[in-house]
Amino acid sequence: MASDTHGAEEAGGLVFHPMDQFIVKPLFGGDAIHWYTPTNVTLWMVLAVVAIIGLLVLGTRRRAIVPSRSQSIGELAYGFIYKMVEDVAGKDAVKFFPYIMTLFMFIVTANFLGLLPMSFTTTSHFAVTVVLALLVFLTVTIVGFVKNGVGFLGLFWVSSAPLALRPILAVIELISYFVRPVSHSIRLAGNVMAGHAVIKVFAGFAAIAVVSPVSVVAITAMYGLEVLVAFIQAYVFTILTCVYLKDALHPSH
Amino acid sequence: MASTTSEATSHAADAAHAASAPGMPQLDFSNWGNQIFWLLVTLVVIYFVLSRIALPRIAAVLAERQGTITNDIAAAEELKAKAVEAEDAYNKALADARAEAQRIVAEAKAEIQAELDAATAQADAEIAAKAAESEKAISAIRAGALESIREVAGDTAGEIVSALGGETDAKAVTAAIEARMKG
Repeated sequence: MASDTHGAEEAGGLVFHPMDQFIVKPLFGGDAIHWYTPTNVTLWMVLAVVAIIGLLVLGTRRRAIVPSRSQSIGELAYGFIYKMVEDVAGKDAVKFFPYIMTLFMFIVTANFLGLLPMSFTTTSHFAVTVVLALLVFLTVTIVGFVKNGVGFLGLFWVSSAPLALRPILAVIELISYFVRPVSHSIRLAGNVMAGHAVIKVFAGFAAIAVVSPVSVVAITAMYGLEVLVAFIQAYVFTILTCVYLKDALHPSH
Repeated sequence: MASTTSEATSHAADAAHAASAPGMPQLDFSNWGNQIFWLLVTLVVIYFVLSRIALPRIAAVLAERQGTITNDIAAAEELKAKAVEAEDAYNKALADARAEAQRIVAEAKAEIQAELDAATAQADAEIAAKAAESEKAISAIRAGALESIREVAGDTAGEIVSALGGETDAKAVTAAIEARMKG
C-alpha cells in the first residue's frame, strides 16, 4: 500500500485510499479468510470485549458506596440504559435490559475504539450492523408473537384511522416494519464509515504543503464530530431497539 | 502489492487493486461469514459477562447505595425531630420561668403593699393618738390657765380692794370675775 502511494506521488497526482482502512485482513498473514480466521475484525472485537470487561467488571470490583471514577462511569452507563429501557419500552421490558445493554456497550465501545488512529472500526461494516439489526428485528418479532399471539398484527391495523384508510395504512405499516432492520443497520454503519472516510480524504489532502494546515484543522473538526457521532449512533441504535421492543410488548397504537 | 518501479507498473497495480476489491470493502461479501462469526462470539461473551457478573454487581451497588441514602435521610429526619422537640422544651421552660418570675414579682409587690398599708395605718393611729393626747394636754393647760387667771384675778382684785381700804367681799369678787370671764 505504501509503495502504491509513493509511486503515485512520484507521478505528481494525489491518490486517496479512504476505504482501505475498512479492508478485512487476516491477522497472522496469508490471503484466505475462512469463517474462523482471526482477522483485524477479531482483534478489535476482542479489544472491545476487554474494554467492556475493564470498565464494567474490573472498574466495579471494589463495590464502593462512594464510587471510584471507573465505577462511576460503569454506573452511569448502567443507569443510562436501564432508565432508557424502562422509560421507552416500559417496565416489563426490563428483563431485556442485559440484551440491550450488550448491544449498547458493544456499539459504543467499538465506535470509540474505531476513533483511535490506525484502528479498525468493526461497526463500520454492514456485516456487523446488519447482524445486530437482524437480531433486534427477530427478537422483537418473536417476542411480539409470543406475548400477544395474533394480536401482534394489530400493530399494522391502525384502529384510530378511518376504516377505508386502514388497509392502505396496513400496507404502509407492513413495509415500514420490514424496512426497520435495513435503516437500523445502514444508519449506524453509514454514519461511522462516512466520517472515517472523510477524515481519510482530508488526510490525503495534507500531502500538499499549502493545503496541509487547513487539512489538519479539518481533520480535527471532523474528529470532534466523529466523537459525537460515535456516541449518538450507539444511543440511536439502542433507543430504536427500545422503541421496537415497546411495539412488541404493547402493539396497540 | 507488487513493488512499483515505474509509473506504468504503478497504474497497473492500482488497476489490479481496484479490480480485486470493490470500492467499498463493506460490500465484499467473501468475508461476511468471518465477521458474523466473530461478532456472534463477541456478543455472546459480552452478554454473559454483563448478565452474570457486571450488571448484578452494579445493581447491588446501586441498591446498597440507595439503602444507605434512605437510612441516612431517615436518621437525619429523626435527629431533626429531636432538635425541634428540644427547642420546644427549651421554649416551654423559658416561658415557665418567665411566668414564675412574674408571679414572684407580683407576690412581692402585694406583700410590700400590705406591709406598707399596715405601717401607714399604724402610723396614722399613732399620730391620731398623739394628737388626741396633745389636745387633752392643751385643753388641760388651757383649763389650768383659766383657773390661774381666775385665781390671779381674784387675788389681785382682793388686794386692790384692800389696798383701797375696802372690805374684801370674796363672793362679789368671784361673781365679778365669772361675769368678766364669760363676757
